[in-house]
Amino acid sequence: MAEELKLFRTWSSPFALRVIHALKIKGLEYENIFEDLSSKSASLLQYNPVNKKVPVLVHNGKPICESLVILEYIDETWKQCPLLPRDPYEKAEARFWAKFGDEKLLSLIWNVLITQGKQLEEATAEAVQNLKLIEEQLKDKKFFGGETIGYLDIAFGWTVNLISILEEIIDQKLVDEEKLPLLSAWMQNFSDDPVIKDCWPPRDKMITKYQAMREPYLKKVVSQ
Amino acid sequence: MAEVKLFGNWGSPFSGRIEFALKLKGVEYEFIDEDIYNYKSPLLLKYNPVHKKIPVLVHNGKPICESLVILEYIDETWEKGPSLLPKDPYERALVRFWTKFLDEKCVPTLWKTCWSIGEEQEKAKEESTELLKILEGTLSDKKFFGGDSIGMVDIVANFISYWFIILQELAGLQVLTKEKFPKLGAWIDDYLNCNIIKENLPPKDKLTAYFRARFEAAAAAAK
Repeated sequence: MAEELKLFRTWSSPFALRVIHALKIKGLEYENIFEDLSSKSASLLQYNPVNKKVPVLVHNGKPICESLVILEYIDETWKQCPLLPRDPYEKAEARFWAKFGDEKLLSLIWNVLITQGKQLEEATAEAVQNLKLIEEQLKDKKFFGGETIGYLDIAFGWTVNLISILEEIIDQKLVDEEKLPLLSAWMQNFSDDPVIKDCWPPRDKMITKYQAMREPYLKKVVSQ
Repeated sequence: MAEVKLFGNWGSPFSGRIEFALKLKGVEYEFIDEDIYNYKSPLLLKYNPVHKKIPVLVHNGKPICESLVILEYIDETWEKGPSLLPKDPYERALVRFWTKFLDEKCVPTLWKTCWSIGEEQEKAKEESTELLKILEGTLSDKKFFGGDSIGMVDIVANFISYWFIILQELAGLQVLTKEKFPKLGAWIDDYLNCNIIKENLPPKDKLTAYFRARFEAAAAAAK
């Protein structure tokens, strides 16, 4: 029976990127369904009535929500190119750090985006401190998954693109080669991967979008 | 020989989840009761330096943190005995979705409902009611969230079955009643009736006294 895979997403959704990366690594065909979150489709609300968010993966008509849940579903359904380690302890470590990333990274990156001056310095320092914890998980490996991209690489992967966009907007390095050498190398290796590099959303559109998100916060400070 | 230690707290629903899971699987373990509100032991800080919280499961010297991560680890490591998660990938995805929903939305909102006052409490009450309606719908005609027997979702929902009932009474609230939520009401009865659960809950009078003292302290601090 032909597999039918649909991915409800927006053009820029960082968490949808996780699903895209996983589907591409597994070599799976899927249909993109782009949503306008200011006017959510009836289908999205039907498939994700609880959270009403993207991404949602619909496999043969059955919806799976929450990007990390989707990653595990993909890995358990299609066995080629395994994403999660086999060993239960290593799996637990990967799940722990993915959760840590979700709880911390988004708000840290947001704080860097919307601040300037002294506050930006503090936000950057806090981000670097937490990124160091993540860097420690790389140890001496090329990827968090070892020789090849795995679950934790994909869990963090969206930051690779977004951090580079942010650095361009604030005209400052967040992931410094000196302070975060392993993470810096990982970001390059991840970006250079042939499967990953074709998946990024259009850079100029991203810069415009995030610059627009930053503007109101800069204006607030100036008017004080 | 396998060595299993659980760092927890006698009254915590989060370490409670892990105890239920270990007992369900028939795993022997040593429980280390941490007085987490007053003091974090050096061992706890060593095993969970990132979050400094309980529960932490230490298996042959290796720590696993975060209760949902620990539950999956237990299920994958001790394959004999009842499964916490189903085998089918889609069913597993649903379990993971609902446990995340419980942990990220339900538990914090229900907790907040009991501890907040005034307008903040009214808002939290409304949110709690909406979340409980969603859970009621998910139960539909099943005895447990896991089907005929308890599974990971039931264990993660333990806060609702026992701790929240005690808290809402102390707070003078009636957010979760059998009349408003008949299916959840029935689920609570069935869940608390399971031997594994009822034999391993913290004593009701001790937990009530503990929370009453915290309520009184909070009220005094607010004045």
